[in-house]
Amino acid sequence: MANEEKKEALLSVRHMEVCFGKRRNRFKAVDDVSFDIYRGETFGVVGESGSGKTTIGRAIIRIHPMTKGEVFYRGQKINGKISKELDRTVTRRIQMIFQDPMASLNERAKVDYIVSEGLYSGGVKYSKAQREEKVSKALSDVGLLPEFASRFPHEFSGGQRQRIGIARALIMEPEFIIADEPISALDVSIRAQVLNLMNELQKQRGLTYLFISHDLSVMRFVCDRIAVIHKGVMVELAGCEQLFRHPLHPYTRALLSAVPMPDPRREKEKQIFVYDPAIHDYSVDKPKWVEIEEGHFVRGNEKELASYRERVQ
Amino acid sequence: MTEPILSVRGLHVMFNLRGRKLHAIRGVDLDVMKGESLAIVGESGSGKSVFVKTFMGLLDANGWIDGGEIVYNGEKLTDYKTEKQWLKIRGGEIAMVLQDPMTSLNPLKTIGAQIIEAIELHRPLRGRESYGEMISLLKDVGIPEPERRAKQYPHEFSGGMRQRVVIAIAVACRPKVLICDEPTTALDVTIQAQILKLIRSLKEKYDLTTIYITHDLGVVANVADRIAVMYAGDIVEIGACDEVFYDPKHPYTWALLSSLPQLGEKGEDLYSIKGTPPNLFADVRGDAFAPRNPQALKIDFVKQPPYFQVSPTHRAKTWLLDPRAPKIEPPESVKRLASEGVSGFGE
Repeated sequence: MANEEKKEALLSVRHMEVCFGKRRNRFKAVDDVSFDIYRGETFGVVGESGSGKTTIGRAIIRIHPMTKGEVFYRGQKINGKISKELDRTVTRRIQMIFQDPMASLNERAKVDYIVSEGLYSGGVKYSKAQREEKVSKALSDVGLLPEFASRFPHEFSGGQRQRIGIARALIMEPEFIIADEPISALDVSIRAQVLNLMNELQKQRGLTYLFISHDLSVMRFVCDRIAVIHKGVMVELAGCEQLFRHPLHPYTRALLSAVPMPDPRREKEKQIFVYDPAIHDYSVDKPKWVEIEEGHFVRGNEKELASYRERVQ
Repeated sequence: MTEPILSVRGLHVMFNLRGRKLHAIRGVDLDVMKGESLAIVGESGSGKSVFVKTFMGLLDANGWIDGGEIVYNGEKLTDYKTEKQWLKIRGGEIAMVLQDPMTSLNPLKTIGAQIIEAIELHRPLRGRESYGEMISLLKDVGIPEPERRAKQYPHEFSGGMRQRVVIAIAVACRPKVLICDEPTTALDVTIQAQILKLIRSLKEKYDLTTIYITHDLGVVANVADRIAVMYAGDIVEIGACDEVFYDPKHPYTWALLSSLPQLGEKGEDLYSIKGTPPNLFADVRGDAFAPRNPQALKIDFVKQPPYFQVSPTHRAKTWLLDPRAPKIEPPESVKRLASEGVSGFGE
């Protein structure tokens, strides 16, 4: 957990809204989402498919344009029109790790090129020797042999390919990494390796992660704070342990109840909640975004908030 | 337990890959009991999918059964030569649900037509009757408004709904055994829980024997009566669900369990299995897991361990169970699971 004194917001998202389509087909994927990510922490975004969690990550890295709202990186606005210089720094400083290591690597390029590709466009010119040195450093940082640089992606297993994906992000010396479901496509035993690697890199380099996933069991293991997204709307935000101890919003409770447990006794007694948005009656009393205990935010109307307050006590 | 519906004895499967022989299944013995729910767990490449494919004669063209036998309800499946013989088994007796619902449906046919096709292939129903059966199947798998949905195409369904349709097709021919190969890997956690619940309820309703294949031990605690742990083409441990979770004996089972993030302690490294599974092109000597096991005994590298019986239902292939072996404790997280269970989730 980030200590109190170094709670500096590295990235702030304010009232982010992302829409797809035009006119009648207009679809709001992300609706008024705001949060801060502090330096050195792992911030989790959890939600089911279609909740807009990936869109948030992609809007931050400017793959999708935002229709409303702002993103600040170290206090500077980075969405919309920005100077070329800032654009370059942001591209360097914010990197992404993708979900499927089978699909995210160029099959026809050698590892050498895949990892070093970002260096070509950074504005700084590197000599061939410098590039090679950086590639072999990045590869050994993620636990691969520098010799692998001359191979093609298909020669690697899923876990190794995901490491190549991480090396590609690391070579830019980023401060902030967006990891979109980095382990969902991997085997259980390899998941552990990739999670450990990400943890270790964070300790060594003070990286900040935005960790996007649908699986709360992994989130509990890696995240400091977690935001729960449902249909593009943030419904709860809390410190990891807070969220697991007192999940308040019914959607969070549904997600939590669905986490598979390697514990037959617990599993036999477990009840699965299915979240039905119709239980909220927001016709009169509009929902608000309220801090219910320190660092624990939840969305609800007055009546719901009252019951949430009781549960936190 | 009741009598076995499917029994496998000393099964070996080989593949021919560019002139080299790969020994994918190395002498597996297994009895699947009538009406039980069995889970086969292992890493990718452990041979779990290949193993169940032999029950349906679905090995790829470069693979063959190299010894041993499979007996299903008194029929010796390993003697089957022609596709015609297999057609009786596939779908009608043993059906399979595959991992990815995106690729296992035909995108050009309506959902209804695809289910009717399966019904008419295996059962003497036609026309109105098979339509009615299709609608009731869709209801059974929990698809709302079946009449309207039956006219739709796969792309109009979400991933979870598609998997429900695949399950409807699988049970359409009233099979006795349902094999679910990673049925939920491609799905969200919330949907995953619902699909597992659905399979369990269908198992009761249609009196099925179910075999789950998965790499994630977390998924099967809820659904399996028995668990078989597979490594390098062999079952290294098998036992009742509680026995495998609370009293695992094989170091590989320990490793699989302790690499689950649910059991990890925050801030510490998660246990990860070092190295890679053995190369099955070469002969495996001794215990296949020994090279990746930091606490392996000397004998593990020399001689393959036999099964040691732990209880009437629980046996494991590890020298640690030999009375002469030194006492090696399972990892802390595995012991904690047995004593306290998983903690930290919810109130």
